[in-house]
Amino acid sequence: MKRGPCALAIALSIALSVVLNVAPKPVNAEDEASTPAAVPSAPALSPIEQALADLSSESAETRSAAVALLIEEGDASLIPKLDEIRATADRAVRQAIKPVVDLLKNRANLSSELPDYRRSAASDLASTGRREAIAWLEAAAAKEEVWWVRYTMEESANLLELRSGDLAARQTAIKKLGDLRSQNGLSTLQELIESGNAADATEEQKALISTATAAVSQIESWSTKATIMETIFRGISLSSILLIMSLGLAIVFGLMGVINMAHGELMMIGAYATFVTQQAFIAWLPPEHFDWYFPASLPLAFLASFGAGWLLEATVIRFLYGRLLETLLATWGVSLILMQSARVYFGDLTAVIAPQALRGGAQVMVGVYLPYNRIFIIILSIVCVVGIYYLLFNSNLGLRVRAVTQNRNMSACLGIPTRKVDSYTFAFASGLAGIAGWALTMVGNVDPGLGQNYIVDAFMVVVTGGVGKLAGTIWASLGIGGLNKLIEPFSGAVYGKVFILVGVILFLQWRPSGLFAAKGRSADA
Amino acid sequence: METKEPQGAENVNLTEVPSEERGSSRREFLGQTGRVAAGVGVAALLGNLGNYALSYAAGGPPIKIGILHSLSGTMAISEVSLRDVVMMAVEEINKAGGVMGRQIEAVIVDPASNWDLFAEKAKQLLLQDKVSVVFGCWTSVSRKSVLPVFEKNNGMLFYPVQYEGEECSKNVFYTGAAVNQQAQPAVEYLMSPEGGSYKKFYLLGTDYVYPRTTNKILRAMLLAKGVPAANIAEEYTPFHHQDYQTICGKIKKFAAGGGAAVISTINGDSNVPFYKEFGNQGLRAEDAPIMAFSVAEDELRGMDTSALVGHLAAWNYYQSVDTPQNKTFVANFKAYCKKNNLPDGENRVTDDPIEAAYFGVYVWKQAVEKAGTLDVDKVRAAVYNQKFLAPGGTIMMDCCNQHTHKPVIIGEILKDGQFKSVWRSKGLVKPEPWSEFTNPEKGCDWIQHQGTYQKK
Repeated sequence: MKRGPCALAIALSIALSVVLNVAPKPVNAEDEASTPAAVPSAPALSPIEQALADLSSESAETRSAAVALLIEEGDASLIPKLDEIRATADRAVRQAIKPVVDLLKNRANLSSELPDYRRSAASDLASTGRREAIAWLEAAAAKEEVWWVRYTMEESANLLELRSGDLAARQTAIKKLGDLRSQNGLSTLQELIESGNAADATEEQKALISTATAAVSQIESWSTKATIMETIFRGISLSSILLIMSLGLAIVFGLMGVINMAHGELMMIGAYATFVTQQAFIAWLPPEHFDWYFPASLPLAFLASFGAGWLLEATVIRFLYGRLLETLLATWGVSLILMQSARVYFGDLTAVIAPQALRGGAQVMVGVYLPYNRIFIIILSIVCVVGIYYLLFNSNLGLRVRAVTQNRNMSACLGIPTRKVDSYTFAFASGLAGIAGWALTMVGNVDPGLGQNYIVDAFMVVVTGGVGKLAGTIWASLGIGGLNKLIEPFSGAVYGKVFILVGVILFLQWRPSGLFAAKGRSADA
Repeated sequence: METKEPQGAENVNLTEVPSEERGSSRREFLGQTGRVAAGVGVAALLGNLGNYALSYAAGGPPIKIGILHSLSGTMAISEVSLRDVVMMAVEEINKAGGVMGRQIEAVIVDPASNWDLFAEKAKQLLLQDKVSVVFGCWTSVSRKSVLPVFEKNNGMLFYPVQYEGEECSKNVFYTGAAVNQQAQPAVEYLMSPEGGSYKKFYLLGTDYVYPRTTNKILRAMLLAKGVPAANIAEEYTPFHHQDYQTICGKIKKFAAGGGAAVISTINGDSNVPFYKEFGNQGLRAEDAPIMAFSVAEDELRGMDTSALVGHLAAWNYYQSVDTPQNKTFVANFKAYCKKNNLPDGENRVTDDPIEAAYFGVYVWKQAVEKAGTLDVDKVRAAVYNQKFLAPGGTIMMDCCNQHTHKPVIIGEILKDGQFKSVWRSKGLVKPEPWSEFTNPEKGCDWIQHQGTYQKK
């Protein structure tokens, strides 16, 4: 099947060497003769081998001829050989080889089994600027099944078509890019308009202006929509993180009036439990089970923090009930101790590797790409909220907790063991912190300062929401997270944070007891 | 005092002997412990005496040097390695006969990542311990905080970390890179055809002095090289920033259509969420490579590198540099950490600041030997033009501006947390504390001028 082109290539290479009158050199790194001595080529060399040899040639023309031949004829099996040449070659040769390697690699990747690879290859081919790739892209797009990969292939093919010499072909490519709402084409199209408006523009450049303008406005209006979608998603994602951090804090604060400064460190314990599980999986289990460490570490993270919280309550907090400032200071001290012990024991250099399923993201529409890890945290926080509501409002346990929250003395009179309720509520809230720490390993790092990074935000949410009200916490996290992401694109991250803090202060001036203030007799307690 | 101690210990030992005969196991244990303790005490004392005797015999009392690195707090993660490598250099020098025949004795203090404490500890080292030289500091703010102390008391500080420049103190030797030895060549490389001919630059950093100054210089340089202002974006995040969604979204838009690179001066723990988010939003090193100035092997040790492969960094040294002296250096450092039971032992890696801290000690040694004295002014004069075969290749101290001539290497991050060198400067790059782009009229020279001067 390949004989036809092969013969053609042989003829081509012979013709080239005749025309250029440069004798090909054998692949020999030591052959550094400065004069291109007329060494007769060994007859055994196939045209591809010939071209490979030519790559190290002194003459730029021979090199580019060899490059053209390799691109036309070569396949991925040549890459190791090319890499070998590249490793020993000088700079000019390396630069000649790079596009060949890129093209061949990407061409091979177009038929890879993984959609991500196919997509990467397609977008890389666009940036090589080689028009040979159009045919490959179109062929690949025709049998592509994943819409997003097909989209990238079409986009790349049209971007390359823009470089064509034919006016009509360029017009169609521009139209097609507009229809595709191609973000990647935007800058090229704007350049086209600019050069068309320039004083020295050719007729052809002028002819493209109107089509390009239409395409640009199409792309831009779509991109505004996409930005709105993405901003909403980011707001929800940040809110879900805030929510999952503050749930435990809200319960403790609401039920017992304890300001638990060690809440962040309980999250840290959850994160380290995840890390330890991961290390155990690496050490004792075969690598193909590695990804299961993440689900396996969920109960461990919960239990580790649950235990730590229970211990903290039994040894420190129970002696300080009703003394707000003392609990604040004591728990802060505990948080420092926990942080330093983590630093001493684990050091600062720990990382959790995300399981394959939580890497990358989903392309839901053109220009909107949602990372899986964020989707996962959003779902997790919803599950947590539903779980807590069920526990509080549909179980005996929850009934007692609510009773103690509303009126401790009356509950005690009615025979509810308030000590026990305190103890297990605190432990449960700590366990929630552990789950938060477990989830946060997917977006951030595991280090002793993990809790410190989040605790202020978590307090902000709880205070804004109103003490002791779960609904308040939910709405406050949605508000703060959403507002933050709304402001950030305009103000930058630093001032975004400043604005949010000022906003919260002003809000608390207006409603000192938060969004959902406790009403009735218990409000004064 | 010294002779009393072993006697006391022996007494304890003697009184315990009868109880041992009675066979009480608890007593026996105590007795044995006592004896062991006494033995250790005597041995340690003899060892010390031996050392003293040796050093005196060789040419005088030991030379005191100070080590001023945070061993606790947030900066400990980076600075502990520098203390370790300086101690290793000291050990090597002592083993080889010391400086001018005298042993070196290191005084280690812990400023605990607290900037005020840095100044206090520096004062203690200079005035109370009377050290001849100090090796220390990492962050620019800690350096700025000790600077007046060193200038007032005419001390000498070797500072081993890359920094933002715009400083020219005769009491500091800067063995790390100035902006023109790291950031500028890195951006020039990205603009070159070999580096990928990038045309758009997203300058992203943590909000403090080093990123702000570096980006100011880079922006001036890019504008001077004809990059339109619309193709340069600049953005800062607070320390410990965790949520990089919006910024990665902006980068994605900025990079659409290709030709864009991110220049990152993000510091510390924000790097992990940033690289993670970057990868998770579907951005790849091929779309927009991140060129980082604060991510080295030591930081990568603790990261999940799968999200970082293919991104770039610019330094003057990598552990992977292929020279014979570097192979020895890396092996020695690992062996040193293992021998002294330091955390992670054999798995420790070397990186740019570690190398700079290491050769700083040797440069100082050579200068002292050349000057033949410990007098700060004379040693300083001897440091100028000093050459040393550092692990990464020969370096040279500048004739007059207190900085170091170093090679620049661009590295690509590999899966194992090491770097593959993709570009290397031709020869050494001359340091320019005052950037030609932001302060073209200023120069730094302590030979023909008094420090910072106005160029005519």
